[in-house]
Amino acid sequence: MFQILAQNALNALQLGSVYALIALGYTMVYGILTLINFAHGDIFMVGTYLSLAAAVFLLGLPLGLPLVVVFVGALCFSMALTAVLGVVIERLAYRPLRQAPRVSAVITALGVGLFLENFTLGILGPEPRHFPTLIPLQAWEIWGLTITPLQILIILGAAVLMVLLDFLVRRTLLGMAMRAISYNRLIVPLMGVPVDRVISLTFAIGSAIAAAGGLMYGLAYPVLDPYMGIRIGWWAFIAAVVGASAISGEPCWGALSWAQWRFSPRCCCRLPLTGTSWPFPSCSCSWSSSPRACSAGRYLRECD
Amino acid sequence: MATLNKPKTSLISLASVLLLVLALVLPASGVLNPYVVQILMYVGINMILTLSLNLVNGYMGEFSVGHAGFMGIGAYAASILTVWVLPRAWTPWAFPLVLVVGGLAAAVAGLIVAFPSFRTRGDYLAIVTLAFNMIVKSVLENLEVVGGPRGFLGMPRLTNLFWVTAWVLITVLILRRLVYSNFGRGITAIREDEVAANLTGVDTRRLKLYAFLISAFFAGVAGGLFAHLLQFINPRSFSIIKSTDMLVMVYLGGVGSLAGSLLGATIFTVLMEVLRPLGLWRWVVGPLLLVLLMIFRPKGIMGFKEWKWLREEKVASSQ
Amino acid sequence: MPLLEITGLTHNFGGLRAVSDFSLKVKEGELVGLIGPNGAGKTTIFNLISGVFKVSRGMIKYQGEDITRWPSHRISSGGIARTFQNIRLFKELSVLDNVRLGGYAQHGYNLLQAMARTRNFKIEEERQRQRADSLLARFNLSPYADAPARNLPYGEQRRVEMARALISKPRLLLLDEPAAGMNQSEAQDLIRLIKEIKEDFSLTIILIEHQMRVVVNLCQWVKVLDFGETIASGPPQDIQHHPAVLAAYLGKDGALAEVEAEKATPGPGKVA
Repeated sequence: MFQILAQNALNALQLGSVYALIALGYTMVYGILTLINFAHGDIFMVGTYLSLAAAVFLLGLPLGLPLVVVFVGALCFSMALTAVLGVVIERLAYRPLRQAPRVSAVITALGVGLFLENFTLGILGPEPRHFPTLIPLQAWEIWGLTITPLQILIILGAAVLMVLLDFLVRRTLLGMAMRAISYNRLIVPLMGVPVDRVISLTFAIGSAIAAAGGLMYGLAYPVLDPYMGIRIGWWAFIAAVVGASAISGEPCWGALSWAQWRFSPRCCCRLPLTGTSWPFPSCSCSWSSSPRACSAGRYLRECD
Repeated sequence: MATLNKPKTSLISLASVLLLVLALVLPASGVLNPYVVQILMYVGINMILTLSLNLVNGYMGEFSVGHAGFMGIGAYAASILTVWVLPRAWTPWAFPLVLVVGGLAAAVAGLIVAFPSFRTRGDYLAIVTLAFNMIVKSVLENLEVVGGPRGFLGMPRLTNLFWVTAWVLITVLILRRLVYSNFGRGITAIREDEVAANLTGVDTRRLKLYAFLISAFFAGVAGGLFAHLLQFINPRSFSIIKSTDMLVMVYLGGVGSLAGSLLGATIFTVLMEVLRPLGLWRWVVGPLLLVLLMIFRPKGIMGFKEWKWLREEKVASSQ
Repeated sequence: MPLLEITGLTHNFGGLRAVSDFSLKVKEGELVGLIGPNGAGKTTIFNLISGVFKVSRGMIKYQGEDITRWPSHRISSGGIARTFQNIRLFKELSVLDNVRLGGYAQHGYNLLQAMARTRNFKIEEERQRQRADSLLARFNLSPYADAPARNLPYGEQRRVEMARALISKPRLLLLDEPAAGMNQSEAQDLIRLIKEIKEDFSLTIILIEHQMRVVVNLCQWVKVLDFGETIASGPPQDIQHHPAVLAAYLGKDGALAEVEAEKATPGPGKVA
């Protein structure tokens, strides 16, 4: 029984880490602009395809590059380009609407998301693509648990990115500016904070992290199609809402508990959920009372 | 005043009757080729959809992005009625009733969205409606009885230009009467300032309920018309893409305007038809148009304006 | 029986006590002023009376009936109308529609009658329209009837708000800083207007105001708040000289405070 639960938790942690990386982007943008960036899931999708392209290209070179190099190369390439994509979207689509009613901005976000999706569909066609194997497929048995190197890579990688982001938001000047803007966007420029640049950087960081999540997702679930952005982005979005409205204010916890929840029914054991320290009970209640979800934006603010 | 208005009202009724006669005669006489008639019917169905969505998004200022869900429910309900329930011979006569039943089914679903709207506004209601759209689609996909993802077929082709025109006229008439009554003014007051509306005695909850019911009803009717035009429906026809198309038509034509809805539906439908050769790329146009509209013309062509004959007439009184 | 009776009203924002144990009795036909420095909790009290905020502690009775838990549209249609400190008109709607909406609760037709345009609907619409027209004329707003409310100058917008409040034939009118942003002569006009409508519509009025001149000229009774506490109440002439009021509200630099500066001893106390 314990093994099933532990294995279940481990698998949930793997998927949850990916969700968490996407959810961070939702939360950062919501925190700073109070905009639900519906396009974020599709940015994640583009990031995944970009890492696929980079991986295929690097593997195809007649140099016999080691897999580690290919992995790092694909990661850097997709993070960089997706960051640019995020900035461009913000610059072209969201910035002109900063003074407009919020509904206009949300509709725009929806439009941008569908545009990215259909654009990708137009270029690549609807058939799924296969992601090459970059991490050796092997499994270790520890105390009856099956652990793969990929699992460790995803969980650790996500953890490292989250710690880095946390450091950025809490300890750096940029992070302070982000938090300040989330409090009051009108006053902050008077203090000499370059609001536009900070918002651009927020989009860049959020998108880059989503791209990292995209690469990890591609490695773990190696079949990609243009609709994955909406499909997975939607779960990640729920994770962001759930996580941010939990007391801890950390979207990653929400993502993890949410992933746990999605996995559990398959393993026929909902029992452990109540026993975990994750803020699970808040999922259902916060989702049903969506006004509370407004606190999603508080993540940035409550870091102090 | 009263005497001044009489000619205008009768002129409009005359024009409506003329339109209906034309809709009956033109396709039969063969003056219009069938392709054009087909496009006209799509324009009409889209007009109904746009008018219905405009009530919620334009007049009430709420934010529904899942309207295709209502349309789907109406389409399936009406189709089940004509295919399974009614004897084939009756269907041509029962068609208006079938559409009304489809509309009512959608209106019941409208309740599901109306209740969250009491507590939630803006972004979060958008999420609720989006989720509603997705739920409808996946429920339909999982219902093997109605064909699951393969879709549902066997409907007779009952939709013709006459019925489409008639329903467009009914929709315009009813919505116009709603908009220029205290209920309509109350609905616009919700858009402008919900708290102040409540404090001036407007029962905002009840009005939200009305708005969602009426809006969902007409979306359902449009779904029924759509199903009996194509004679084949599947859940994918009622996905978020369809909802986005409706949003584009509303925001293209103009929020809070009946004329805008008619205009937006016409322009968008014809445009999509012209762009048909682009194939898959055609679907990039809608979202792109939506983004550009939001940036450059957020209120649309006719935002909050109305054609003269659609404006409020002074209520004719005995004095 | 008082028209409005508030007992032990208390309201918190988070940990902050905005209104503390507030009590008030208003008799039919009175004009009561509510004054106090910014953040004293005056508007919060209006929001509690009109049902914008849920009342957590205390009771509000109107015409002997407990309205504490009523939703705001019911309170409003029950005869308590109000205006807002920062004008809240329906900006895109025409002035006429704004005023007509004030009478929403009194329209005598239902949804189906509206859609069928029945005789009853036409009569009711006509009646309501005439009432709106006459109110617009009363407030010198007729020329603006078809203009969107947002296009009107500030003073006119305030008058539209009043017309919107009055069309429902309220018995109690809550005016939230009607003279805000007005100069001397405009304030004088306003005082006259308020006196007139009070007579014409036989109103009971509760008034929040910062300008002492307006309060002294209008109110028969004044209640002074500071940090949610009632620090004094009485006729305006007495209040003007009350030490606690001078200390809390006018401060040492206030024009009236100068005269009384020597006598004033700061600290809350109750009079009346």
